[in-house]
Amino acid sequence: MKFKGRMWIFTDKNLNTDQIFPGKYTYDPLTPEQMAEHALEDYLPNFAKEVKKGDIIVAGQNFGSGSSREQAVKCLKFAGVSAVVGISFARIYYRNAINVAFPLVQCPEAVTYIFENQETLINEELTVDLSTGRVVIGDKSFSFPPLDGEALNIFTTGGLIEYTKKKISEK
Amino acid sequence: MGQTIFQKIISNVTGIDKPEEGSIVFVEPHMILTHDNSAAISKNFKAIGAEKVWNPDKIFIALDHAVPPPDEKKALNHKIIREFVNEQGIKHFYDCGLGICHQLLPQEGHVIPGVVIFGSDSHTTSHGALGAAGIPIGRTEAASIWAIGKTWLRIPESIKISLDGKLSKNVFAKDVILSIIGDMHSDGASYKSVEFHGEGAQAFSISERLTISNMVAEMDGKAGIFPADKVTDAYLRSRVNEPYKKIQPDTDATYIQEKDFNLNEIVPVVSKPHNVDNVSPISELPEIEIDVGLLGTCTNGRVDDLTAAAKVLKGKKIKYGVRLLVYPASQAVLLEGMSTGVIQTLVEAGGELAVPGCGPCLGAYGGCLAPGETAISSANRNFKGRMGCKDDTAIYLGSPATVAASVIEGKIVAPPKEVF
Repeated sequence: MKFKGRMWIFTDKNLNTDQIFPGKYTYDPLTPEQMAEHALEDYLPNFAKEVKKGDIIVAGQNFGSGSSREQAVKCLKFAGVSAVVGISFARIYYRNAINVAFPLVQCPEAVTYIFENQETLINEELTVDLSTGRVVIGDKSFSFPPLDGEALNIFTTGGLIEYTKKKISEK
Repeated sequence: MGQTIFQKIISNVTGIDKPEEGSIVFVEPHMILTHDNSAAISKNFKAIGAEKVWNPDKIFIALDHAVPPPDEKKALNHKIIREFVNEQGIKHFYDCGLGICHQLLPQEGHVIPGVVIFGSDSHTTSHGALGAAGIPIGRTEAASIWAIGKTWLRIPESIKISLDGKLSKNVFAKDVILSIIGDMHSDGASYKSVEFHGEGAQAFSISERLTISNMVAEMDGKAGIFPADKVTDAYLRSRVNEPYKKIQPDTDATYIQEKDFNLNEIVPVVSKPHNVDNVSPISELPEIEIDVGLLGTCTNGRVDDLTAAAKVLKGKKIKYGVRLLVYPASQAVLLEGMSTGVIQTLVEAGGELAVPGCGPCLGAYGGCLAPGETAISSANRNFKGRMGCKDDTAIYLGSPATVAASVIEGKIVAPPKEVF
């Protein structure tokens, strides 16, 4: 799986689930498309309108900290974001992303390079190759450890719903 | 090599001898907790194609985030959950007004030491207070567990926190965990299990342990565990009939990090906007005027919390123009607070008594801030916009006694020592 897209660069540490998907919508029954309309609403109100299919978020330390709300993953996925490349991710956020098959790439070297060279790189497209474990920007290439074990199984099956379906049918 | 509590709990529930850190295991929970998100989870459950839940006796659902429902959408959300509960014969269902999930689960005897509790709520770490591994998960994962009764876990490395010494009279468990988070930061326990040891930890009541384990979520811990002891036994005596194992770590267990905190040195603190790890002693704050005080939530809505606030507010009134929201963590807490006169004191002081639940903490329902307002709250998160409005709002987190002292003054102040 390989993605190439425009970058949204968020340097903040601890960009949290409430900024990604506000609590006031969490107990309304919403479709994934409706969730996407609120993506990053309390952080960058225009994001949902301006994001384009295939865009990639470049994020700081502990992205997705806070709540277990899965909508904070789904809203980005259904807004068209193809992947988040971050310094690090909060635990439940990371797990939720695997479960809905949304690629999170922990690659602090690439993110630090992008943060430090934002002005010259802002119009560059970022390439993320999940199968080879590489992030490429301009003439620079960085490696990251690909998923393994059960996480990889769940991700490649298309998420936990498909994975559990398969488990049930194998019984 | 010795085993940590987490490793020994996994061994206890899976039968695997000495599970290694970093290895992947499949675990069946003692109980799986969900709340108002259960309607969305039931949708995922149906998408999986499952017909019956794996074990209706191990599923716990409490309606607590938007109670009683403020609008048609949230009422429908609850209705879908009730229908699912009836259709599946789910045994442990707590309807609106009975309390907050993390209060009811231990209060009603659904947690025992030595087991794994999964919960589709980040504050599931709370149940470490009883010597269990309370592990937060998301909605799709909860649906999958409802269907097949297990999920995978990576055995985490553990952090040992030793608490020694004794707290001053106006310093509380909330000040302890906020001070720890201030020191270790919001990702200080990412992917790790935290264990609490030392004479200070042993001296804490279950309620105080619940406050501390609850907020391990705020340093991204996978679990926050107090080894079960005689305090745990005393709490469980009237609540639980089944046998349990009081699992202790091996004395030669290895930890990725060890931290010592001296309780004598901890002072009244708050978390400043907009991150929980932005902690400061109250004595070092400039004057911060407040509009709202929130007393309650899964962190600090129990009898001892309301009682501490009532001691501060006894015979006093909250400042004109300031609001005090009082949300008991459960109906049992409300009833006990009524019989002891604590609720009377809080309401007489000017508190607005609400139905047991947790709505205002996350802006789900009730107690919403207006643009430009500031809150002092006994909750667990102060993220921007958390209490429903992001426009120039600010949330400070502190102990229930700090909330009470602050609503009298209309600004953030430390609780007085002389009332405790």
